[in-house]
Amino acid sequence: MTDLHRLTLAELNEGLRARRFSSVELARHFLARIERFNPALNAFITVTGEQALAAAQKADQLLAAGEALPLAGLPIVHKDLFCTDGVLTTCGSKMLSNFVAPYDAAVVERLAQAGVVTLGKTNMDEFAMGSSNENSWYGPVRNPWDPQKVPGGSSGGSAAAVAARLTPAATGTDTGGSIRQPAALTGLTGFKPTYGRVSRYGMVAFASSLDQAGVLTQTVRDAAMLLAHMAGFDPRDSTSVDTPVPDYLGALEQPLAGLKVGLLKEFFDKGLDAASEKLVRDALRLYEKLGAKLIEVSLPNLPLSVPAYYVVAPAECSSNLSRFDGVRFGHRCENPTDLMDLYKRSRGEGFGDEVKRRIMTGTYVLSAGYYDAYYLRAQKVRRLITDDFARAFKQVDVLMGPTSPTAAFDIGAKVDDPVTMYLNDIYTIGANLAGLPAASVPCGLSDGLPIGLQVIGPHFAEAKLLNVAHWYQRETEWHKHVPQGYA
Amino acid sequence: MSLTRSDVENIAHLARLAISEAQLPVYVDSLSKILSFVEQLNAADTGAVEPMAHPLAEQVQRLRPDEVLDVDQHEKFQRNAARVAAGLYLVPKVIE
Amino acid sequence: MTWETVIGLEIHAQLATGSKIFSSAPTAYGAAPNTQANLVDLGYPGVLPVLNREAVRMAVKFGLAVGATVARRSVFARKNYFYPDLPKGYQISQYEMPIVAQGRLEIVLDDGTRKMVGITRAHLEEDAGKSLHEDFHGQSGIDLNRAGTPLLEIVSEPDMRSAKEAVAYLKKVHTLVRYLEICDGNMQEGSFRCDANVSVRQVGAEKLGTRCEIKNLNSFRFIEKAINYEVARQIDVIESGGKIRQETRLYDPDKGETRALRSKEEANDYRYFPDPDLLPVALDEAFIEAVRATLPELPDEKAARYMEKFGLSLYDAGVLTASREMGDYYEAVVSGVPGHEKLAANWVMGELSGALNKDGIEVTQSRIDAPRLAGLLTRIADATISGKIAKEVFEQMWAAGQDADAIIETKGLRQITDTSAIEKTIDEVMAANPRQLADYRSGKDKLFGFFVGQVMKVTGGKANPAQVNELLKRKLSG
Repeated sequence: MTDLHRLTLAELNEGLRARRFSSVELARHFLARIERFNPALNAFITVTGEQALAAAQKADQLLAAGEALPLAGLPIVHKDLFCTDGVLTTCGSKMLSNFVAPYDAAVVERLAQAGVVTLGKTNMDEFAMGSSNENSWYGPVRNPWDPQKVPGGSSGGSAAAVAARLTPAATGTDTGGSIRQPAALTGLTGFKPTYGRVSRYGMVAFASSLDQAGVLTQTVRDAAMLLAHMAGFDPRDSTSVDTPVPDYLGALEQPLAGLKVGLLKEFFDKGLDAASEKLVRDALRLYEKLGAKLIEVSLPNLPLSVPAYYVVAPAECSSNLSRFDGVRFGHRCENPTDLMDLYKRSRGEGFGDEVKRRIMTGTYVLSAGYYDAYYLRAQKVRRLITDDFARAFKQVDVLMGPTSPTAAFDIGAKVDDPVTMYLNDIYTIGANLAGLPAASVPCGLSDGLPIGLQVIGPHFAEAKLLNVAHWYQRETEWHKHVPQGYA
Repeated sequence: MSLTRSDVENIAHLARLAISEAQLPVYVDSLSKILSFVEQLNAADTGAVEPMAHPLAEQVQRLRPDEVLDVDQHEKFQRNAARVAAGLYLVPKVIE
Repeated sequence: MTWETVIGLEIHAQLATGSKIFSSAPTAYGAAPNTQANLVDLGYPGVLPVLNREAVRMAVKFGLAVGATVARRSVFARKNYFYPDLPKGYQISQYEMPIVAQGRLEIVLDDGTRKMVGITRAHLEEDAGKSLHEDFHGQSGIDLNRAGTPLLEIVSEPDMRSAKEAVAYLKKVHTLVRYLEICDGNMQEGSFRCDANVSVRQVGAEKLGTRCEIKNLNSFRFIEKAINYEVARQIDVIESGGKIRQETRLYDPDKGETRALRSKEEANDYRYFPDPDLLPVALDEAFIEAVRATLPELPDEKAARYMEKFGLSLYDAGVLTASREMGDYYEAVVSGVPGHEKLAANWVMGELSGALNKDGIEVTQSRIDAPRLAGLLTRIADATISGKIAKEVFEQMWAAGQDADAIIETKGLRQITDTSAIEKTIDEVMAANPRQLADYRSGKDKLFGFFVGQVMKVTGGKANPAQVNELLKRKLSG
């Protein structure tokens, strides 16, 4: 019983249905772990203990009656970027530190309808802007593998919570790598679906044409379980795609023979540290052994993905965050002298530095005289990069490479220079610009810190990606490693 | 691209962000660094290329039927607002 | 110096959809504050816009009606600025790729001259909420019910050269949107709003003068006055050696002048960019043809038909086609008294419109329906009553709701057409007025009217005027 947290979501599901333990026991177990371990990690902003127990009770009743929902009684946590009806939704920001959402995000709704039990809302870089979870008004999150290190960002809280087994799985969001990079830095499986695969309704917008909801889990199978319910058309989101959701779980065991794996020349550049490179190449050799063919491909415009992203994302966010003005919700300054003062001080006080930096960058690149040189140009480069990927996928089935240039770095090491921090996303951003599905799976430890292997697929190839990544987990045990102290 | 203090003040004003005297030079510095960084984009040959605003190229806008689906929930929503009177959101007086 | 006025007009027409352009909240006017603003309208975190098909159809309908190009692909853009009635801090509008472009509308001026006015573009956008400034002790109250209501912004070419042309154009667009049933045209409620861009230049000059934008124009009368004032003001400034400053001005109807708006907008940098939450709108031939099939007979087509089929003048046809309902009423009257289209036109434009205006009601609420009016006109046409008596009957019909025939019978208003009866009356009148008779016969022609009057008095106005005239002439001359 005490090892319930060592079980994957799939194993927990099986155990619940076999009545080896109850949903209430599970909830209690994880809530106790949260209480015990969260103070050191700061992974949670809100713990919804009472609601969780009530939901668990209901789940147990249904399980007993044999009327259980597909994910009945399984505990989960949501990144605090997802609106949860009646529950504080802060986006890691002072601006929303008093905001109780009046509705559920589509992702929250769908998983609830599948029967999950929500344990709480996780810490994150403010408004999803960051790669280290050091930009939260609620303080930094610590990496369970080494408390002096960052867990990655912006879904750092979700990553730390799953890595420390305070929850078996978590939702996250990925705009430039915010699921994959923290998954890589904390030894987890992180999955970002194709843009438009999962509804963005209720997911507070950072960069609307880049944001996607996904998951951080212990295994690829667990990711498939959750994605099966998260994916699907939502009429409330104009960018939601109306194509059927394939059987992700069913596709996991498809044979790999004949798989063509593209090695991105631009991913193996001088930015990648040696230890990470070695582990990633080891993983690639494993795929060769499994019957895959490795083909070197080049995406010549890919090196421009970070600068393109840091024009497009700030531009969109500068507009998306204009609604935070203290009038209808959110932080409002005291005693505004006039309207201008209300706006400037509410926003100046409510937003942290990185958010303000990005809003200002975005305002600049959209402003008169600069639009063509910056924004328009960045969107053109975006097309070049997207076309590069499309060309590559004519030759190969998936692309592989590292997720992050290094393992987890020290808290405070990169906060002084924004550009240094931005370069953490160098391998992940391309998939966001092109709207491609991508995942990271743990492929080794370097000096005791996890390293991730990234797999990228063409649009709507989630089933293929899950299948390819699953095979790696059939042959290796990296995903089973738990950081010391949390086992 | 090096920004001046006045540039940053203008941007902050357009974005309605209060930036203190002490913080201003910090932002001038970091924003200048960021803009210099993104200027790498100038190296790309984008002459004949169409800009891309959405990642899925063939997607077009879905049209929704003209239906009223909502019920009035203004009381629930207004619990989130700092200042409300007679059902209206209050702001410092707007001069026209 | 001879001056030329150049006017361009921007109209914001609220489209008559049931739900908002990007959300499913209702659009009905007059609800309690913020009871028709849902999470999308309020700009809550995480919400997303989804486009209303009916708003698109209505925009396309307008485009087709003005012979414009309907864009097969159009894009929504964000117009970024901060104002309390704009919850998201940006307005979703259309910038570089509007849904409708390059149309035109023919206007007819009072003197009958026709002129073509170009329509540069028409695009879809969302309306903002409202600010209320009274009653809140130094604060303004924001009502977001109106936020998200669909607007069609119609921009004309700067083709108008006088306030009268501007008003004619506005009235034409106003009539058209109501014909198309895409806008109720209610200017008091703000469903049809107009801004005028006015500038002046020397006659013959190629360059346009600096223009000023006049806002807050919500009646045709005000628009004419405001433009005239503004033109005079600009000429005055230039002639005294000054320069026109490009600015936004408000019309003050109490003072009858325009004044500069206090810098609310400064020079706003709207930072337009394509809205990433909305995809390009792609319209195919099937969609556009389906809309085309719903086009009603347009005002110009109807007026042309009236002129040809009923022989009406351009002016009359224009008045009768000012609204579909008026045209429908008129045609219903005509079908009840065929061959007398001009008579019907006179009565609909005259007595009927007068009565409607007096009671402040629309033709659809008329107290005399078309068949009843046709019944009255039939009695004029067949000479049962004179035109003058008919007016009395009309008033009675309006007040009491009866048929013409019933009133004619009850009040014994039949025209007297019996020649011998009229002659008898004439004889009596002549006998009763020997002195006037003598005066008339000795040359005082003006007394003819006296005798007509006397005959009418005796017969209670019922004698057929034409016959009276003819018979009197004969008898008086002896």
